[in-house]
Amino acid sequence: MNMRRIGAIMLRQIYLLRGSPTRVLPLFAWIAIDVMLWGFITRYLNTIASPGFDFVPAMLGAVLLWDFLSRVMQGVTMAFFEDVWSRNLLAIFASPLSRAEYVTGLVLTGICTSVLGLAVMIALASLAFGLSFLSYGMAIIPGLLVLFIFGVALGVAGSAMVLRLGPAAEWLIWPLPAVLSPFASVFYPVASLPGWMQPLAYALPPSYVFETLRAVTQGGQADHMALGQALGLSLLYLAAAAAFFAHVHGVCVRNGLIARYSAESVT
Amino acid sequence: MQASPVAPALKIDRLSKNFLGRTVVDDLSFSIAPGEIVGLVGLNGAGKTTTINMILGVLEPTCGSVVIDGIDLARNREAALARVNFSAVYAPLPGNLTVVQNLRVFGMIYDAPDLTARINELIEIFDLVRYRNTRCGLLSSGEQTRVSLAKALLNKPRLLLLDEPTASIDPSTADTIRNHIRDYAQRERGAVLWTSHNMYEVEAVCTRMMLLSRGRILIEGDPRTLPGEHGMASLEDLFINLSRGHDDGAKP
Repeated sequence: MNMRRIGAIMLRQIYLLRGSPTRVLPLFAWIAIDVMLWGFITRYLNTIASPGFDFVPAMLGAVLLWDFLSRVMQGVTMAFFEDVWSRNLLAIFASPLSRAEYVTGLVLTGICTSVLGLAVMIALASLAFGLSFLSYGMAIIPGLLVLFIFGVALGVAGSAMVLRLGPAAEWLIWPLPAVLSPFASVFYPVASLPGWMQPLAYALPPSYVFETLRAVTQGGQADHMALGQALGLSLLYLAAAAAFFAHVHGVCVRNGLIARYSAESVT
Repeated sequence: MQASPVAPALKIDRLSKNFLGRTVVDDLSFSIAPGEIVGLVGLNGAGKTTTINMILGVLEPTCGSVVIDGIDLARNREAALARVNFSAVYAPLPGNLTVVQNLRVFGMIYDAPDLTARINELIEIFDLVRYRNTRCGLLSSGEQTRVSLAKALLNKPRLLLLDEPTASIDPSTADTIRNHIRDYAQRERGAVLWTSHNMYEVEAVCTRMMLLSRGRILIEGDPRTLPGEHGMASLEDLFINLSRGHDDGAKP
């Protein structure tokens, strides 16, 4: 892979972010709103619930970690959508840039924007509501890694869907995290789900992360085996997403969809 | 795979493309030598853009091969496309980046050496100095075409594909652009495949032309002598006569 070409994909996003406050603001704004909203909800729940249980790490922490996953996904898809919106796909795919270089550029852009968001999230939640990710112990490190990898996988798969179905398919991608969240046991244990939902929950790497972090906040031990499974599973999803993107790109080249992308002709 | 120094800049061999049972490009074969400017003309829907898209690797041929500077596109896409660049009205540069930003991003994508100096040189050549920090979306269509041409020359391509490069610009600017491209082909020995509906332009710029009809080459030769060889007064007359005779049913 040519690092200069990957750098070009990142540089394009840096130029866009540098010259456009409307692109910078959403990196922090929604996170700040979520911290405020869920911070006050958890503070209120702490006053009415039985003493001894702290809703801050259990709920506010869970919300923010899910937000982190969503931001990672959006970091990747936003970088891709910039090329869709500016009708730049033909120039990109008719260049010597390889698929792997392009996707790597999108992912690295996603890393930069989501790490910025994560930093703001941690600072706000800690200063305003006393949330410390340290309360999750060392499990937070593999936990964040799993959420990050799964977020990247969702972003790459989402970009592939838009590449295949056309610009209007964007609306299918934005709500993906919301669609998955009931299955990912963000706020409740997998055991509380009905039987038919539980296999789906266990197919999603974030479920293992949230189960483990919940156990830690309630005084239990981190399930390292579960986190290892989640890591393996998320890597599997990432590989599948990359293969899906490559497949979709191949189909688009065979059918000429890249050359007439705005026509949104699914043939 | 190493490029041969004597290889044609472009060699197309028995290239075909079918869309849903309709043949758009039909067993097309031709080559372009370094320094040659070849005009590809034909009615709308004759297969010109489809051919260009196959050369650019964004459309897979049904059969046949595209070899760029001795490198098979299907086998070594990145190396082949590193030797190509293109400009087309339907592929505008992102309007939300400035001229310099666009040229830097694409210069890095094409791995152009001495990029800053090359950008400055092209900005001078295409008279874009006063627009260098202007977003491309704010430029007129003629100015955008000049930026697109500057992008197309960033990597000093062995093969330059121009799809109606002067379609939206005034006669004076079009003339300047034609001179730049001619100069580029002579100085850098770059090959140019130029599609146009302007027969005057084809006659003025191209050393050879091919008239495409229903995905096949109908006639080929020197645009200055072809009309006489077919008993026509001008290239435009020849185009109209041949196109009406052979291509009435063609659709884009």
